Amino acid sequence: MALTISITSGSPQPIYRQIEDCVRRAILSGKAQPGEPLPSVRALAEELVVNPNTVVRAYSELAAEGLVAAQPGRGYFLAERRQTLSLAERRRRLAEAAATFAREAGFLDFSTRELLAAVEAALTQPPKDSP
Amino acid sequence: MNEPAIQIQNLTKCYGPHCVVNQLTLEVPKGCILGFLGRNGAGKTTTIRMLMGIVPPTGGSARVLGQPADAWTPELRARVGYLAEGHHVYGWMTVADCGKFQASFYRHWNWDIFHAIIKHFNLRPNHRAGSLSRGQRAGLCLAMALAPEPELLVLDDPALGLDPVARRSLLEAMIYVTRKSGRTILFSSHLLSDVERVADRITVMDRGILRAYCTLDDFRARIRHFVLHFDGTPPSAPDLPNLLHSFRTDRELAVTLVNADGQAESILETLRPRRIEQVDQGLEEAFVSYVGERGEKSFFLHNLGARS
Repeated sequence: MALTISITSGSPQPIYRQIEDCVRRAILSGKAQPGEPLPSVRALAEELVVNPNTVVRAYSELAAEGLVAAQPGRGYFLAERRQTLSLAERRRRLAEAAATFAREAGFLDFSTRELLAAVEAALTQPPKDSP
Repeated sequence: MNEPAIQIQNLTKCYGPHCVVNQLTLEVPKGCILGFLGRNGAGKTTTIRMLMGIVPPTGGSARVLGQPADAWTPELRARVGYLAEGHHVYGWMTVADCGKFQASFYRHWNWDIFHAIIKHFNLRPNHRAGSLSRGQRAGLCLAMALAPEPELLVLDDPALGLDPVARRSLLEAMIYVTRKSGRTILFSSHLLSDVERVADRITVMDRGILRAYCTLDDFRARIRHFVLHFDGTPPSAPDLPNLLHSFRTDRELAVTLVNADGQAESILETLRPRRIEQVDQGLEEAFVSYVGERGEKSFFLHNLGARS
């Protein structure tokens, strides 16, 4: 399966968030294709050794974002990519991401031009899968 | 049908003037995996022993699967699996003997489950129980608790003394138990990363008093940690009623708040920091802040959105 989901406990990030992020990364990096099934809630819970409700929560948040679709009786599948967020919400999230970037990169003493170049490079490069 | 698995009403246990469990009231819905947290001596084991009908309460009452906890019937015993603290076994018996001995007390006993768990913990039927390692003994106790396929499983610090591999096996067994819907597990633990994995809800006891009963996510969300950055020496922490903990360094003031709302944040703004950063905390940090060293606290976390 192209979709690998792994988690660590004891992290500041809740487990359901980590599962969401794994799925999101797999979609963004092209490692997982639309139409591909997600592991069943039971199977993933037993594989990761986590409470099944945690998996349900991750899947339903992804479904609410339109990244996965639930097919009654068949489980969850990766959805065709489409934008479900409103323009205002997209703008808000972009501003938030930009502010985070500015805060983190601001300490590093690079010129604005260098910072922008780094962003551009990151955008053209497919995101690396974290180990 | 929707009767809770455990109902506890004002349950109290005092030894002389000292109350180890004080007016505990709690309802555990069926199908829930409840992590029972608290420091050593917080009253967890005493609570469990009162639920199991081993210790008579000084006051209050409890019901287990709808039956009064002070008058256990054999029928009720058959529906509840209990793993006592310390993984006690009869040392002179073999693993197989332990299984047969325990099975003789139950009308329903699933040998497949017993053998699967024995195998999972690398035990052989001819091993003598007295010469098992701590982790293997835990496996044997767990096999004996699970073989009757109980509706309610009560585990008192099951992970105590286990190595990481045995702990993982234990968690796997717990997740496996909930394959059948409506099974309820109550387990006490100090290992918050384990609790984070398997629990739906947690209760936190502190010095005999119930301090929190909510979902894991709620607990984490309600305990928030802010770092205020200043250009000069930071002021001392404001006198907020929901302040759990504060810490000052040269240029920073860190505060941990419980049930922080917008109002608390605007009070932090009045200290005029250069910026306020909200830092996500793991469950362990949140727990340590919550039952940390500070004196009397009356905070209680409870989620109203309890499932029906």
